[in-house]
Amino acid sequence: MENLEAITLAIVLAPLFGSVIAGLFGGKIGRSGAHSVTILGVGIAFVLSLTLFLQALSGDIGSINQSIYTWMISDGIRFEIGFLIDRLSTMMMVVVTFVSLMVHIYTVGYMADDEHNWPDDSLAGKNSYQRFFSYISLFTFSMLMLVMSNNFLQLFFGWEAVGLVSYLLIGFWATRESAVYANLKAFLVNRVGDFGFILGIGAVLMYFNTLDYQAVFNTVEMHQDVTVSIWGDSEWSLITVICILLFIGAMGKSAQVPLHVWLPDSMEGPTPISALIHAATMVTAGIFMVARMSPLYELSETALSMILIIGAITAFFMGLLGLVQNDIKRVVAYSTLSQLGYMTVALGASAYAAGMFHLMTHAFFKALLFLGAGSVIIAMHHDQDMRNMGGLRKYMPITWITTLIGSLALIGAPFFSGFYSKDSIIEAVGHSQLPGSDIAYIAVLLGVFVTALYSFRMYFLVFHGKARMDEHTREHLHETPRVVTWPLILLAIPSVFAGALFVDSMAFGDFFREAIVVAPAHDTLGALAGDFHGWFTFGLHGFVTAPFWLAAAGVATAYLLYMKFTHVPTMLKEKFGWLYAILDRKYGFDDFYEWFFAGGSRGIGNALWRFGDVKLIDGLMINGSALAVGWFASVMRYVQSGYLYHYAFAMILGLLALFGLFVI
Amino acid sequence: MVALSDYLTVGAILFGLSMAGIFVNRKNVIILLMCIELMLLAVNINFIAFSYYLSDTAGQIFVFFILTVAAAEAAIGLAILVVLFRNRGTINVDELGTLKG
Amino acid sequence: MAFEQIVFYAFSAVLVFSAGVVITVRNPVHAALFLVLCFFSTAGLWLLLRAEFLAIALVLVYVGAVMVLFLFVVMMLDINIAVVRQGFARYLAVGGVVAILLIAVMAMVVGGDYFGLERTPVPEPIGEVSNTRLLGLQLYTDYVYPFEIASVILLVAIIAAIALTLRRRPDSRYQEPGRQVEVRRGDRVRLVSMKSEERR
Repeated sequence: MENLEAITLAIVLAPLFGSVIAGLFGGKIGRSGAHSVTILGVGIAFVLSLTLFLQALSGDIGSINQSIYTWMISDGIRFEIGFLIDRLSTMMMVVVTFVSLMVHIYTVGYMADDEHNWPDDSLAGKNSYQRFFSYISLFTFSMLMLVMSNNFLQLFFGWEAVGLVSYLLIGFWATRESAVYANLKAFLVNRVGDFGFILGIGAVLMYFNTLDYQAVFNTVEMHQDVTVSIWGDSEWSLITVICILLFIGAMGKSAQVPLHVWLPDSMEGPTPISALIHAATMVTAGIFMVARMSPLYELSETALSMILIIGAITAFFMGLLGLVQNDIKRVVAYSTLSQLGYMTVALGASAYAAGMFHLMTHAFFKALLFLGAGSVIIAMHHDQDMRNMGGLRKYMPITWITTLIGSLALIGAPFFSGFYSKDSIIEAVGHSQLPGSDIAYIAVLLGVFVTALYSFRMYFLVFHGKARMDEHTREHLHETPRVVTWPLILLAIPSVFAGALFVDSMAFGDFFREAIVVAPAHDTLGALAGDFHGWFTFGLHGFVTAPFWLAAAGVATAYLLYMKFTHVPTMLKEKFGWLYAILDRKYGFDDFYEWFFAGGSRGIGNALWRFGDVKLIDGLMINGSALAVGWFASVMRYVQSGYLYHYAFAMILGLLALFGLFVI
Repeated sequence: MVALSDYLTVGAILFGLSMAGIFVNRKNVIILLMCIELMLLAVNINFIAFSYYLSDTAGQIFVFFILTVAAAEAAIGLAILVVLFRNRGTINVDELGTLKG
Repeated sequence: MAFEQIVFYAFSAVLVFSAGVVITVRNPVHAALFLVLCFFSTAGLWLLLRAEFLAIALVLVYVGAVMVLFLFVVMMLDINIAVVRQGFARYLAVGGVVAILLIAVMAMVVGGDYFGLERTPVPEPIGEVSNTRLLGLQLYTDYVYPFEIASVILLVAIIAAIALTLRRRPDSRYQEPGRQVEVRRGDRVRLVSMKSEERR
């Protein structure tokens, strides 16, 4: 297509345009103006992305790699804006713009009475509605820049931009202390990851001397045996170092243990944001990045193994935490962490395609779950505690049905989208030969049970059982407005069908073509493809596999615990108090970070203040130099006697010393 | 034969003595002035010795000027001394501390 | 030992001795007189070095003028010798040590290693050349401006010395020649006409 450049530019710039209009002129164009222009912008981006995606599917366009603009050429290195349009990026573009569009529409309902969330005289509360739309459009722009990039610089730009928008949005209700702390935390934890990420990019630039993906991938074989020494004499494979550094960035952005702590706290932001950023798109940036870098990662088994293990740890242990949460959004947040762990495991097992597949299906059903939770929260007048809910099924049927669909997709019930993606991942891990894959396999299997348990715990607590809310709330319970329910319905459709539709080509076929490179030795999905005979057979087969029974056991357990024997959870809680305490404290990550990093840096700061600033700088250097001058002067005034013969004597002594120097 | 180093040594001894004189007679301005004259004399001996041994009259020219300046210095120095004594009634250096802060 | 050496050592010994006396003697008058002796012996040394003009100038200018000035001043001022020699012994120790060190070090620097006869041999005598003539030729050609400046310095010194010491005592008596010259007969002589008196 000849006007491809215009189309790609339009995809990126339309949300930016909407964002700028809504952000800078929000006061003039008013609420409806703001949401119209941003929805229009994202809508354009979605339609055009879909066009590109369909064309890529039909094979009209292959992989397109073009630079739009050159910032500068410094020392032979080009800093460019460029777009790499292939099946991987078009898929991401569609997911991002679709979820974003849904969230935009949903936000119209969710933020309708946002002024209640602000103190009366708050200046920031003015035009907060328009500002919110501006932010989410800006986020869409940033994410598109990230996924469409054809070089590391632009990738980093998008990476940081989504981090910034995430910061802005988590702390959107800036008058709430907890929100401000949460966004600070998110920003700082991401900074840790970004530090590794930029070091990785620096290493790429240093050894490959280019930032362009294609150029790096083309020459990667040449650097296979290069080693670098980081500490002392230990030699590290260059590729491993780069991969691990880049993955540290992915750990921050995709909330993998131990950099996951920001994600649950980010639920302080408005719910659409939780759906858009912290479930569907931004947190998947790390997954996407690793998939994009597959030519690099395939050369480093060490890095893959590390990814595998970290992903497995995240998948299982973060899921466990979801069991003890009472905040509805936090449950979904921990399930997000767990699912991100699954994707990471897939990457580690070289099943990049399965990871991306799960990313896509997860984006749909997790956005659906979040928006469903948001819908519940709207109905509950912004009460998020599940202990105050129950029996909502009767009052809000659409929310109920869609959330049920989302939960089923999440636990991997056969024929739902999540089933196809998750099962491919589990199978791929089972086939992986990497060190640590056995543990990872067990972790992801057990994770299925845990996922089912917490998902349906939430489902039963919220929609079934007897209503536990107070009278006033109950009187006002009703289904949320159409701007809220429509996105739920629209998201529920792909949550059901996306899996069956794409499992053939995406997980086991050659959907991504040359965008993803898998070494023959690691080709776990390729090994599975032989046993794959279409989506229906796969779904039927799903009923006899371990994951299905584990999931069923999880649902059954949840039913028994939270519907039949409702006293049992309390009893268990008392009996296994220590276990509950560990889970309730989230394995102590927060406490540890609080104690070690926050306390440590406070301690260091305190010590630096007390010693470095007060003693060293103030005391020694400033007052000290003054004192030294004073002391020196008080000594020197004896030298400055005013008697000529003293001076003459000093001169003679100097002369004597010089002569002595000469003689010696 | 007398070597250049002999003259220079004599100059050095004279210089050292005059310097010692400045120290030991630190209170008597007249002796101080005399010691300065002695110092100049030591320097002049060096100049003339070098001038002779290096066959260069420039050294003697220098001595000529030094003598001139030294004479002027002695005249003014003594004049100051006289005025000082007239005003203060002493030439003890220790008592001439008016300018000392 | 050649005669020249004897002369050198004799003059040097006198010079060093008299310099030592200058700095240690109690009476400033004696110090001044020994300084004169210093100048004389130095002049002798300079004659050994063929610097006749300067040797004579030294005697004439220093001994004849500067030292006389010194003597005048010393005698004119009523110096309390006891006061000005306080702490003499103490200073003598320190000063002596430093002086000996300095002399030793300087002697090593200017000693035979660097300025011995091997390095700087005695120049050949150059016939009958007048030192005064040579100096004069140089002074009035190459060094004529410094020479002029030196004369200005001397003039300034003369004026300064006079200006410093000149004072008008209110009680001193002095003549005013101008008024003396201008005086007329009428100022001094008064003619009185009177009757002649009778002889007694």
